[in-house]
Amino acid sequence: MSPTPGRRAAEVARRDEELAHETSEGAQELSERAETNEEELLIEEGAILRLPEGLVLDPGDVDVEFGEDETMIINMGPQHPSTHGVLRIMMELEGETVLRSKPVIGYLHTGMEKTAEELFYIQGATNVTRMDYLSPLHNELVYSLAVEELLGIELPPRASWIRMLMCELNRISSHIMWTATNGMDLASTSMMIYGFREREMVLSFFEKVTGLRMNHNYIRPGGVAADLPDGWEDDVQALVDTIPGRIDEYDELLTGQPIFRERTEGVGVLGPELATAMSATGPILRASGVPWDLRRSMPYLYYDQVDFDVIVGTVGDTFDRYAVRLNEIRESCKIVAQILEKMPEGDYRCQDKKVTPPPRARIDESMEALIHHFKLFTRGFEVPPGEVYTAVESPRGELGCYMVSNGTSKPHRMHIRGPSFVNLQSLPAMLRGGLIADAIAVISSVDPVMGEVDR
Amino acid sequence: MSEASALPALPELPGIATASVRGQLVYHPSAEQYLAAVEALREASFNMCSDLCGVDYLRHPGRELPAAVKPERFEVVVQLLSFDRAERVTLRLQVKESEPACPSISRLYPGAEAMEREAFDMFGIVFLQHPDLTRILMPEDWEGHPLRKDYSPGRVPVQFKEAPGPR
Repeated sequence: MSPTPGRRAAEVARRDEELAHETSEGAQELSERAETNEEELLIEEGAILRLPEGLVLDPGDVDVEFGEDETMIINMGPQHPSTHGVLRIMMELEGETVLRSKPVIGYLHTGMEKTAEELFYIQGATNVTRMDYLSPLHNELVYSLAVEELLGIELPPRASWIRMLMCELNRISSHIMWTATNGMDLASTSMMIYGFREREMVLSFFEKVTGLRMNHNYIRPGGVAADLPDGWEDDVQALVDTIPGRIDEYDELLTGQPIFRERTEGVGVLGPELATAMSATGPILRASGVPWDLRRSMPYLYYDQVDFDVIVGTVGDTFDRYAVRLNEIRESCKIVAQILEKMPEGDYRCQDKKVTPPPRARIDESMEALIHHFKLFTRGFEVPPGEVYTAVESPRGELGCYMVSNGTSKPHRMHIRGPSFVNLQSLPAMLRGGLIADAIAVISSVDPVMGEVDR
Repeated sequence: MSEASALPALPELPGIATASVRGQLVYHPSAEQYLAAVEALREASFNMCSDLCGVDYLRHPGRELPAAVKPERFEVVVQLLSFDRAERVTLRLQVKESEPACPSISRLYPGAEAMEREAFDMFGIVFLQHPDLTRILMPEDWEGHPLRKDYSPGRVPVQFKEAPGPR
């Protein structure tokens, strides 16, 4: 089936026109120092933050001598193994010192917020779970909480406790994964292999519960997809028994190691004022000494009923971020052990027939169940109009979901506030004045997941 | 909370329509009141701008708003967070379709910079006095603003006989 000659000519003309179309490509990039105005430099370096006087930076105030035309702008990524995906960073260098930098993102943009507007609420969890692929359950949680808030339904306690259990285990697996890749970035290949080994333990439990290692679609509006399998207590107990010991091993491998400390201590410092002003959340904010954890400060689910410590750093350097994450794994283990004791009996999803699909066995017996099932999966359920913002503490920081409903069965607008997306902004402040070799350590310590940055 | 009494009271924002939605305060400032309102809230210990996003209400005109607020096509929604109070407030700013522009708050909250760039990229809302208002997620040469309701999601050509070509 070949196009008619006329159609082909039109096609070629259109293609030519497209190619000749003048683009403004390059405007996202870091511009030459000569083309950059003073204000842009000031903003990049935090002078407009109205910090205490000693903290205010001068555009030229880097500890290196450089001539106007001696700096060089180089490009790192988007295909670079240390950028954890397709992150591109442009850096202005003087010798080996980074003077300015700018993250350029969007290489993994797949329009997931637009996709969400085309999906029923019941299908939406499948979409959001693919954003932050290292902590999919938190994405599903924040989405489900937003939908439930709009619906105004109450969950049975067991559903919320199961959600907490899964999310804390997910935090463990995500932080272990971070420790592993961070080790690899700092040339500790054995750390990577150990990290992946432990992460696999958690993921195999996830597989047992949800059927998948990643992208679970387990937490859904109205509860969770399935009850925990028989014998889950033993599996979780095994995890709680094993992982703290393994964390001690990491501690021994990395924390005391002179090379690791040399490469992380005092590198990429971000103070509390700057971190707050830059809207950084999660381990980055806590490493700079701000005890802000949504689980503690604005509890959701049943986090007010479990006992855990909020880990806080002092300096805000790369080492502190490492230490905060490592100790958060221990705290999560503590939480998981408490959940194991407190897990109530009961339903694992709410029994509202308009929201929750009927069990398979009921469909054979009851006409009503069959109708509900059919309607739920062909037309979804309708959500009362309104706007809501919900937030949870994901391993990377505040994960928010702003949802607008217009009363139909699809969201009018679903916006995800990705912590990696916002945290990336503070990267230029961390990289400034450091060495280019340290940039790898700093980028890694921000823990960006590009699936969530670009969405 | 006993500490709450020691905190500065929530600022009186005269002339700004206020609503309480699910226990959370929502301000509806006009474009002129917007910057002053954000600044007043910043003084009242709201030290982080946790989220900023755009919404296009093109196909959802009948939303609930206080009587004094005239609904427009676009809305900029800002979530401010206070660590001391452990509290959020929301600001919803109406942005006209004919002139999609509003002031930038990136001077008050530098963390809002990337979020404003995203709102510009996705909705074409221009943030005045933003230091670097370029597209952030879409390529520089992209035409249109994808999250607008009148922007077609597009199609992918499928390999069937007689299938329509790419749009």
